[in-house]
Amino acid sequence: MSADSDHFESVAQRAQAVRLALGVFLASETLLFTAILALVVGYRATWPEAFAFGVHHNTKVLGSINTVVLLTSSTSLAVALEMLRTGRRRVATALTLFTAACGVAFLAIKITEYEHHFAEGIYPGGRGAFFVAHPIAGLPAFWTLYFLATGFHGVHVLAGVGAVGYRAIRMPDATEIHRFEATALYWHFVDLVWLFLWPLFYLA
Amino acid sequence: MTALPIPPGAAHDERSFWTTATTIKSWLVTTDHKRIGILYFVATTSMLFLGGIFAIIIRLEHLTPGPTIVSAETYNRLFTLHGVIMVWLYMIPSIPAGFGNFLVPLQIGATEVAFPRLNLASFYVYVIGAAVVIGSLFAGGVDTGWTFYAPYSARTPATVLPTLIGIFIVGCSTILGGINFIVTIHTMRLRGLGWMRMPLFTWTIYATSIIQILATPVLGIALTVIGLDHTFDWGLFDPARGGDPVLLQHLFWFYSHPAVYIMILPAMGVVSEVIPTFAHKNPYSYRAIVYSTLGIAFVGFLTWGHHMFVAGISRFDAAAFGLLSMLVAIFSAIKVFTWVGTLFRGSIELAVPLLYVFSFFFLFTFGGMTGVAVATMSLDVHWHDTYFVVAHFHFIMVGATFTAFLSAIHYWFPKVTGRLYARKPALVGWALVTLGFLVTFTPQFLLGNGGMPRRYYDDPVGFSVLHVISTMGSWLLTLGMFVVLGVIVHGVARGAKAGPNPWHSRSFEWRTASPPPKRNFVGPIDFNIGAYAYDVADEP
Repeated sequence: MSADSDHFESVAQRAQAVRLALGVFLASETLLFTAILALVVGYRATWPEAFAFGVHHNTKVLGSINTVVLLTSSTSLAVALEMLRTGRRRVATALTLFTAACGVAFLAIKITEYEHHFAEGIYPGGRGAFFVAHPIAGLPAFWTLYFLATGFHGVHVLAGVGAVGYRAIRMPDATEIHRFEATALYWHFVDLVWLFLWPLFYLA
Repeated sequence: MTALPIPPGAAHDERSFWTTATTIKSWLVTTDHKRIGILYFVATTSMLFLGGIFAIIIRLEHLTPGPTIVSAETYNRLFTLHGVIMVWLYMIPSIPAGFGNFLVPLQIGATEVAFPRLNLASFYVYVIGAAVVIGSLFAGGVDTGWTFYAPYSARTPATVLPTLIGIFIVGCSTILGGINFIVTIHTMRLRGLGWMRMPLFTWTIYATSIIQILATPVLGIALTVIGLDHTFDWGLFDPARGGDPVLLQHLFWFYSHPAVYIMILPAMGVVSEVIPTFAHKNPYSYRAIVYSTLGIAFVGFLTWGHHMFVAGISRFDAAAFGLLSMLVAIFSAIKVFTWVGTLFRGSIELAVPLLYVFSFFFLFTFGGMTGVAVATMSLDVHWHDTYFVVAHFHFIMVGATFTAFLSAIHYWFPKVTGRLYARKPALVGWALVTLGFLVTFTPQFLLGNGGMPRRYYDDPVGFSVLHVISTMGSWLLTLGMFVVLGVIVHGVARGAKAGPNPWHSRSFEWRTASPPPKRNFVGPIDFNIGAYAYDVADEP
């Protein structure tokens, strides 16, 4: 790293650059999910009944458990950062690993949900027995967008599990805490996105 | 007076960045922003020529009505790839990633961008994306037009997917590049160099980077859904299955209209640098240029609906988008008047870069005024999807960006190579390019106003003469481009030594050797004299 970063005046300047870069990256990611949400909101306004039916039929319990899982993971990662700041590295490592495990659990539950949908005959693009049984205009759009949005989110969770897992193995030392912060910020962001998807697809 | 600051990382090695290492490997794995800028320059310029070949064939096809040299299917694929390559592989990265990479650290007194390895990575991501797009050519090509409107893009038998994936990858490169510039400009400025003392080109790169990181992800989603619709028949934009194709247009233009400003803002930055240098005068108002740059970047996000006046949006929406679009013209006019005010009573030196700026003025102003015209709903209904629109955006988006790009090549040629280009052949190149451009596209305004629809393979009766003139213009333009290429190649190989600052510019990038040393600066730098302080007697 050193040979490549002597263009920074100090560690503080580099930390500022890393923080800002992550902030800018998350601004970009925000627009990515905003585009998906724009589609969801647009079609929801066009087909309110179909979307209400879709929400009613969704795996509400599993989806809500997943919300709890993600919120728990975010909390543990925030505590891990605080532990790292105060020098309790072993606790921090354990909590970081726990966060990664929560991420894996989230993905496992998500895949279970998908299997449940497939078993019911719900596939993206309005294919499957479910749509023959319920020929409601706009219902295919609900499920297609559901798979699109949760799929994109799932890919982000997967990347987050990788990043958090990497941090757990390679805990940064005291001068490099901004690297841990960057990972944590990304994880919180992914968590936050879910807090938009959960009500839109499961609750109302 | 306090001691002058030394940029962190500045070394005592005075050898230029060309000579410190000369192996091919040293170029391919370089993290030097100057070398990465040159890599981008070579790559994007190659794409310019590739896209140009397609344009030449398109124009040849219109030399006679009916079939001339290609079939109708090939014609559709040609204009699609022409658009895709010129927009995403040439114009969007050319000035920001090429010249921006080279110049921004020099203009802010930094020895590197904030993340040099990420910078190299974005270049390779771009190369991979470009390779996939070009590869799609061999997989059969795309015939949807560069706009990928649904539902045709979902139903066409052409292989849409590789092109979409390629553009998606290039988009990732755009975002990474944008992040790097924003962070660099925020955190790497030389101690004491405040925001309102930064050179104007760097300001435009900053504004462009913001557009890049905010608009590009929306395109990513639009392209992803088109790809899924086409490949797996998801039907999300298919009206036969309850989908809304206009929603796709909203997403697409939410990116693709601001993308125009990704192209034109850095071009404006070039103009803002070239004019003070060759008028030997401070900008008429530095602040007006900075704020209008930011204004365009902001308002640019609110105008996308003017592409959709006939797509079924409400009259209220159309009127609102039309008015918002006209705000861009106000900011642009502020810039043009400031530039002209800078030239006024300046000591003007008619160098080749400034002549390209004059071409820019004409194309930008004329293209801009026709832009106000097409932003007017009632007029746009007549001109929509005709050659009038083609001529309009080729004037303002292509012509202005392209002439600024050529101006930048000539202006910073001594900075990059340490040599001078041959002036007389460069003048010939300028004359041919400018004339060729005007002869190619001016008739297209008339064609469109007469009712010639865009993207048609065949010409309706009565349009032949204008089409022939336009095609002949494209030959002039091609000739001009080869002259410019010759001037560049000759200058690199045989040009006279330029010295550090042949134009006697005051801008910051000229305050180090030309070509710059590997770490940009040797020892402390004096940025106390402003980048446009032509009222100060001594050259810094």
